[in-house]
Amino acid sequence: MDPSRKFDRVADVAIDDGRIVEIAPRIAQKGRREVDARGLAVLPGFIDMHVHLREPGREDAETIETGTAAAARGGFTAVACMPNTQPVNDSEAVTTYILKRAREVSKIAVYPIGAITRGSRGETLAEIGEMVRAGIVAISDDGHPVSDGQVMRRALEYSRLFNLPVIDHCEDEALAAGGVVHEGYWSTKLGLRGISPAAEEVQVARDAILARQTGARIHIAHLSTRKSLETVTRARREGGVNLTCEVTPHHLLLTDERVAAYDTHAKMNPPLRGRDDVDALVEGIASGAVDVIATDHAPHTLGDKMLEFDRAPFGVVGLETAVSLVCDRFVRPGVIGLGRLAELFSLNPARILNLERGTLTPGAWADITVLDLGRQTEVRAATFASRGRNTPFEGWSLCGGPAMTVVRGKVVWSA
Amino acid sequence: MASLSQKDLLSIEQLSVDDIGLVLDTAEALREVSARAVKKVPALRGKTVINLFFEPSTRTRSSFELAEKRLSADILNFSASSSSVTKGETLLDTARNLEAMAPDIIVIRHASAGAPHLLGTECRSSVVNAGDGMHEHPTQALLDALTVRSMKGRLEGLKLAIIGDISHSRVARSDTLLFHKMGAEVWVCGPPTLIPADFHLLGARVTGFMEEAIEGADVVMMLRLQNERQNEAFIPSTREYFNLYGLSRERMRGARKNAIVMHPGPMNRGVEIESEVADADYSVILDQVANGVATRMAVLYLLSGNSGLKPGRESR
Amino acid sequence: MRKIKGKSLMTAAEIDLVLTRMAAEIVEKLGPEEAFAVIGIRRRGVPLARRLCRRIEAAVKRPVPLGILDITLYRDDLTAIGNRPMLRETLIDFDIDNRSLVLVDDVLYTGRTIRSALDGLVDLGRPRRVQLAVLVDRGHRELPIQADYVGKTVQTEEDETVEVRLEEEDGEERVVLLGKTQPAAGTRKARGAKSPGRGGGA
Ligand SMILES: [Zn+2]
Ligand SMILES: [Zn+2]
Repeated sequence: MDPSRKFDRVADVAIDDGRIVEIAPRIAQKGRREVDARGLAVLPGFIDMHVHLREPGREDAETIETGTAAAARGGFTAVACMPNTQPVNDSEAVTTYILKRAREVSKIAVYPIGAITRGSRGETLAEIGEMVRAGIVAISDDGHPVSDGQVMRRALEYSRLFNLPVIDHCEDEALAAGGVVHEGYWSTKLGLRGISPAAEEVQVARDAILARQTGARIHIAHLSTRKSLETVTRARREGGVNLTCEVTPHHLLLTDERVAAYDTHAKMNPPLRGRDDVDALVEGIASGAVDVIATDHAPHTLGDKMLEFDRAPFGVVGLETAVSLVCDRFVRPGVIGLGRLAELFSLNPARILNLERGTLTPGAWADITVLDLGRQTEVRAATFASRGRNTPFEGWSLCGGPAMTVVRGKVVWSA
Repeated sequence: MASLSQKDLLSIEQLSVDDIGLVLDTAEALREVSARAVKKVPALRGKTVINLFFEPSTRTRSSFELAEKRLSADILNFSASSSSVTKGETLLDTARNLEAMAPDIIVIRHASAGAPHLLGTECRSSVVNAGDGMHEHPTQALLDALTVRSMKGRLEGLKLAIIGDISHSRVARSDTLLFHKMGAEVWVCGPPTLIPADFHLLGARVTGFMEEAIEGADVVMMLRLQNERQNEAFIPSTREYFNLYGLSRERMRGARKNAIVMHPGPMNRGVEIESEVADADYSVILDQVANGVATRMAVLYLLSGNSGLKPGRESR
Repeated sequence: MRKIKGKSLMTAAEIDLVLTRMAAEIVEKLGPEEAFAVIGIRRRGVPLARRLCRRIEAAVKRPVPLGILDITLYRDDLTAIGNRPMLRETLIDFDIDNRSLVLVDDVLYTGRTIRSALDGLVDLGRPRRVQLAVLVDRGHRELPIQADYVGKTVQTEEDETVEVRLEEEDGEERVVLLGKTQPAAGTRKARGAKSPGRGGGA
């Protein structure tokens, strides 16, 4: 199946030298190695456009090697990694380092995202042009918002020069007020500081206005509320903006009730929201209002996570559970079809990041994700390839998920 | 035979109506001990209790210590300043080190909500929450209930008005949960900036107007207003706060005829409560202190057989 | 009210008769003293103490103070893990210093309840002397303790249970001996090991 050209039928895919050469009902083997994918779904390679690989700096939590191995196990043929490493990827040198390490240890494609501002401090612009030359595919200060509207405006104006998407972690820090969970019944009951949904919504609205004014491309990271999605949808309906957004599997599947036992594996930013927000996001992936599902894979060591709830870091891992979760909870029950799944995980991330991926057209790189909708798995953090074990889905039984990951014609992982 | 159903006392939330009744009955039986010449019974002889206080609190801590001494427990005191917590040791490191001393009960006060849960999950000892962040302060609510029950003979059907900074108050949460569970009508009142989201779902009626809260109340409970709230833009000034939410003799006239006034302390005279009200004969603030010791003795006694039971992890 | 089977040791009439005799013995020994008091050990010692007290007052023609002692806090099995015994209030609203006291309980068995009661009394003050009155002495002592006034002495096996049923507590009036296979009634469940409050009185 290839939604990029509305192709959906049973066929053979022939690959030579890492590229797709032909897709047809019956292709002669001609010395190629044959992989039997009968009964499975063959889709353009999945791309996770929001991961934290922690290298350089926090190799105890994750490395490019372990993070990309986890991605391959999760069905991803490419990832885009956020710049909040130590040091922050705000220079050509760090970008180059990441790409070099990726060439050495990764079996999948790694696309670095550069910082918007120096040190992601939100004050002065990073050397974006040099990072573009080194190979970044987007800019973001993820982990922090760009609070200063003027700095954001300058960054947007500047990014147009390179047709570079700006990925914003939307959070008005004054409104978030040091919160650690969604503000509502559970924050009140548990006595934890709440993060008002307005903290995100205010900045999404600001970004929508700036996107229109500057004509730049903005992608909203980990959008989590109904109102945020309505703002994006309304701006797009009015036209003249280049605004896209992503949601995470955890925001699609869990509500803030999940923090009831002070489980820090359910602490992330933005926080898990209420039922109404979750429903809106699910409608969004079905209707097309949401462009991308990305994991915001954020590994932490157990030592860092086993703290008092308000002291533990934000973030959960997601690379090894995302596709299975979405297959089990949304594809199998018919909330979304395989075509839509490929758009969310492949076509749209490729389009937003200007990658020549997300398609199975002859001539394209043979990056392929093969799904088995009947495959039974159970989430067990202990078996993860990732160093991060901080999943909120431990013990979930899932049906459907990746069966094989092919990058440039090579099988890099199979179940 | 009598026991609390869980290994730990972490919250009022986890207690059943029967559990609460049991604690109150036991506390009532234990009040007699504090009236004796020799205020000591051997019920916890040979048991070790660790007081782990990460937040300064003279009142709660001395109340627990006195309760432990009256039950003849061996006591170890740790406070944040003297322990290694300040040197970057995590709560779990601390807990594991303490666990090596094989305590039967750990009493913990911590600025982070949920810290006692973390300890309870990881330790064999029974854990008593002596106040965690803005979450709960279960022994305070139990002693408040004991005080009200002694004065009024019952909890059911009473109107309780809790007034002040509801947002930052663990006492307000625990008292609301407890009195609601026991069939009282709970009202909370404070400036809208200091009432947390969805508080009514805990079982309280919410109002911003003090007259409405106090109208016909049997019990008026005042909460302390921290001075910082002014700088954090929650309220314009403590003066305006007193005008709107301070308890004066004038305002008390709206309450039921023999209504009582409570305060978990320490009081801010002139900010949330007029001195004359604090010292009036309908003020039971000192009874609360006395009942605090009996209540904590009851909790310690009832939990003293529970350590080593399977850690009572709440639904995960 | 659940009727329990078992060998009858005393009928209501016999209990009444025995209490009258015990009261007379107490009056004979302590009657001349100015200050003495009766203290019932919870639970079944309390109604017995109350009945004794009434008879004694009638004989000495002056009020005799009655106290109630809850020995739970003094039990020697509290270090064990498990449920805590239900705690009730000790109600002794007179000064026990320099007073002669008669402790009253239903069954004397291992002696552990009485030891706990003595500990409890010592914490309350310094009595001149303490005497012990029990309705039934069933033997099998584990401590060097004996009663000054005994209603009835019975030979029992260790695994048997003596049940004192009183109108005030149980709605019937008699004393029965339960064999090892027969379940004890109410809260006084025999559960193997002998300890205060278990195994039919201590
Ligand atoms: Zn983010
Ligand atoms: Zn992120």
